[in-house]
Amino acid sequence: MSSGINPRVRLPERVRKGEVIEIRTVVSHPMESGQRRDAEGRLVPRRILNRFTCHLGEALVFEAKLEPAIAANPFISFHMRAEASGQLVFAWTDDDGTVHRLERALTVT
Amino acid sequence: MVAARMLAGPARAAPAEARALLERLTAGRARSGRIRLGVAEIVENGNLVPVTLAVDSPMTEADHVRRLYLVAERNPQALAASFTFTPLGGKAEVQVRVRLMESQTVFAVAEMSDGSLWIAEKSVQVTVGGCTGSG
Repeated sequence: MSSGINPRVRLPERVRKGEVIEIRTVVSHPMESGQRRDAEGRLVPRRILNRFTCHLGEALVFEAKLEPAIAANPFISFHMRAEASGQLVFAWTDDDGTVHRLERALTVT
Repeated sequence: MVAARMLAGPARAAPAEARALLERLTAGRARSGRIRLGVAEIVENGNLVPVTLAVDSPMTEADHVRRLYLVAERNPQALAASFTFTPLGGKAEVQVRVRLMESQTVFAVAEMSDGSLWIAEKSVQVTVGGCTGSG
């Protein structure tokens, strides 16, 4: 895990089988759009998180391709139908190639 | 004038780049409906605009939303985000926060597993634009 992007994921505490849950994610990142100019009037180069994925084990749950229009410290909320317990794997891909990963166990009762 | 025939309603009035994008995403056959595009009509700060997209779909193997696109017609780059859903999702609803450069119409386009395409739009008044400032 590199440089403090500090990914955070919020899951419901108790999940019942078959329930559709909301998953809220946020990371610290400037999402530099490539449109902004610095104090000397030079364009600040683009650097964003351009992709977010959520897998349950190997299976894709949700993917987002992000563009410079996404605000700093990107927040993404989406949903999942919780049919079975498993490992949730969240990944954010930076323009510089770094992939920030976070795993959370999902326990379905 | 092909473009004018392919797009309906507010999409026809979008700037050239956004119009070309919407033509590509809608393949000239998207219908209105099935998408709820939740965004404030008036936003103070264009750097942080909450957007909720929800598509009416059972999200089963046989019938689900495949892709959902968010387009901000008057941003420097019109495509704001593309989402891929699977039946595991259970519900086709996503929330993000976007930058809006200026007042404009925001569009959402959904592609279903049966190949049907749907479009929704909403006009947003932006008091202070995003993208070029800090934050």
